[in-house]
Parts: sequence; C-alpha cells; structure tokens
Amino acid sequence: MDEGRMQLNVTVNGQRRSVAVLPMARLLDVIREDLALPGTKEGCGEGECGACSVIMDGRLVNSCLVPAVQAQGAELLTIEGLARDGELNGLQRAFVACNGAQCGFCTPGMVLAAVDLLSRCAHPDEAEIRAGLAGNICRCTGYGKILDAVQAAAGEGERP
Amino acid sequence: MRGNVPECTVVVPETVQEALEWLARDPGRWRPLAGGTDLMVPFAAGRLADTRFLSLQRLDPLRAIAADAGGVTLGALATYTDLRQHPYVRQHLPNLVQSAKVTGAVAIQNRGTLGGNLVNGSPAADSPPSLLAYAAEVELSSVRGARWVPYDGFHTGYRQTVLAGDELLTRIRVPQPAPGFHFFRKVGTRAAQAVSKVCIAVCVQVEDGAVRAVRIGLGSVAPVPLRARSAEAAILGRALDALPLAEAREALMADICPIDDIRSTARYRRTVAGNVLVQALIELGATLNRRA
Repeated sequence: MDEGRMQLNVTVNGQRRSVAVLPMARLLDVIREDLALPGTKEGCGEGECGACSVIMDGRLVNSCLVPAVQAQGAELLTIEGLARDGELNGLQRAFVACNGAQCGFCTPGMVLAAVDLLSRCAHPDEAEIRAGLAGNICRCTGYGKILDAVQAAAGEGERP
Repeated sequence: MRGNVPECTVVVPETVQEALEWLARDPGRWRPLAGGTDLMVPFAAGRLADTRFLSLQRLDPLRAIAADAGGVTLGALATYTDLRQHPYVRQHLPNLVQSAKVTGAVAIQNRGTLGGNLVNGSPAADSPPSLLAYAAEVELSSVRGARWVPYDGFHTGYRQTVLAGDELLTRIRVPQPAPGFHFFRKVGTRAAQAVSKVCIAVCVQVEDGAVRAVRIGLGSVAPVPLRARSAEAAILGRALDALPLAEAREALMADICPIDDIRSTARYRRTVAGNVLVQALIELGATLNRRA
C-alpha cells in the first residue's frame, strides 16, 4: 500500500511532522487526513473560494492546488496554529466580537487570509482589506462583519 | 477528489539541465508542473490525462527577475506576486503588473507562474495581452540548446504552442518600452478571481503628436491570445488629436473571432472589446493635452 508514496516532512503550526503520502495528493487532503487537522476546509476544490487557505512558507496558498510533493520541507500555518495555550489570537477574537462568522465554513480561510494581510500591511484601509480577502468567498455573504473584524483587529495593532 | 493520484509518477529535478534530460528521454510524455494553480484543477477533477509530472519547484534560477539596460529577463517560475513587487516591472511594465494583479487573488498570485500561464495556453489568460503589447520573447530550452522566439506566434491554436516535446519554456525577455502610453483593462464578472471575458493591453509610443509605434494585445476573443494588427494599422501614424475611433473599432472586428461560452457571448465580447479599445484611444488622445 506504501507503493509510490513519499515521506513528506513539514513543520505544521510549529511541530515537525512526517507522513507517507502520494506525491500528487492535494496538500488539503494531507492536512485534513494525514495530519488530522480538519480545521482547513474544502469548498470548491478549484482555487476559487479560499476555504482551504493556509500559510505555507509565509505565503497564503490554496491548499487544494498544492501537490504534496511541492510542500516538502515547508513550514505550514493552519487555523489550529493561531491560538496559544487555549487563548484565541487577536484576529480570532475580533471575528468573535464582530460576529464575523455565520455558518463558519469560510472562517478558517478568511482568518488566515486576514493574518496574511496584516503580516504584509499592518494598517490596511478598506480597499486593501477587500483586496486581501478577495480570494475568499463567504456564501452566507457576511462580508460586512468580516471587514469589521479585520479592521478591529488591525486597529488594535494585533500582531498575527 | 477524483484525480488519479496513485497512478502518478513525479520527478523533482534539482537543475534545469536535469529537467531537460528527463524531457529528452521521453519527449512529450512528461508534464512540467510549476505552481499548480492551473493544472491541479483538471487533475483533481480527473480531467487531466497526464500521469507523469516534472515538478519544477527546485529550479531556483528560473525564479529570478533580472533587469539590465535593455530590458528585463523574467524567469518562467516568477510568480504573479514576484511580478507585482519587482521595482523594474512596476516602473517600466505597468500593464504586466496589472495582468498579475487581476489574475486570481493573493493565494493564486503567490503560486501561479508567468511561464505556466503561457504554456497552459488558455486564450483567457491575462498575462499574454501585456506580453504581446510589450513585444516579449520566450526562451525554449532543451538538451539540444536554447532558442529565443517572439512570444507573438508562440500560440499556434487553441492550447497549442510551438513548444517541442523536449522543450521547457525557461525565460521571458521583455525589451524596455520607450516612454509612452500604457493601457490595460480586464473585463470579468467580478473584480477578483473571475476569468476574463475580454482582456486588452495597449502600448503606444508618440512622436510629434502622432502615433509612432503601437502594439495591442488581446485575450478571450480568439482561440489564442493575439495582436490586433488591423486595429494597430488603423492607428499607426495618426495624430493624437484626430485618432480614428470608429475606424479602429471596425478594424478590431476583423482581428478577433470570439465565441459564445459559459462566461460570455461572442456579441458581448465584440461590443466590449470595441468599447475598451475606443476608451484606450480616448485616454491616449487626452495625454496630448496633459503634455501641452
């Protein structure tokens, strides 16, 4: 059953992990199934919706479009890696405070896109927030409160 | 996902030479895989016939963007984010920056590569119009050697290119445009992520109040990205204060052959391509007043 598999070594949320995976498996499936981190969601599976967003080597990516082989040696940040000792990070707190989540399916990707945005641009204006989140779709259409949450987190100078 | 994951063989060459040797060993049988933003979609859906992939992630020399006195050489693995951030590209190739900015959103731009956008061969890709307007050339490499060919002519038919089975598109060369007028416009269903219905890039040089040189690149209006040669001819040499708008629009209709598809209709594309060209020419004409 291990035929054709490769040993994939990654650092996920600060932890070194090694899993045997097929090289063309999607990073999304590796994260959810092999690494058992189901916080990352699959929406469209085509790079349109951003639900599967994770941060790979410091850059936001759609994990549904990354073949496992290209994640070799990568440092990954998923939604599970944001809280510290059970304490939500600033963006997560802002999403809660501003009601930035409705059904919640887009939320992990939305929060990670916001983390990526604030790491590049500490005090984004509304247009910059919209551009930073443009690849993330919320089918509950709760965009107003999501913008509020990111603005609130940025206003507090939260370091993601 | 329905992709044929277990049947796949993936090789990760350490050098460009090694990649070319793999291609030469079995020409046409290896599918080069760059950022995956295009290929992973049909692959995961089970619509990609390829099962042998050459994953190019270790070929760092092909990520470089190197500017010199005459222009800039873009590694085929330069990402849209790289293009958006590079000082030379920002200063001299604003249309290409726009192409990168309207391709997907941040996560796509971080992974998608310029070379991949060209080789994938979609007529709806957004970097080809700019590269056509900027008279780019592409380097096609194989163990037999490297050849530079004009990008204009690279696409020979719907998703067909001049790339031989043992060749890899390695670099893109863009000569520095003489100071002039740059115009780029993508029309899509929404600002982010949407695939273009019409995409147009224009680069014009002006001398003594008249059009001295003009190149117009178009996407989504034909089986291949193409130059609007008839429209260019209609404008060339004409005075900026008397640009033949209707004539140029009419000429453009002879250049393009759009189709009806899920994103738009041929009629809409014809109308909008003409409108956007006219808008470009109005803006070009307005530069005369700014100069005076």
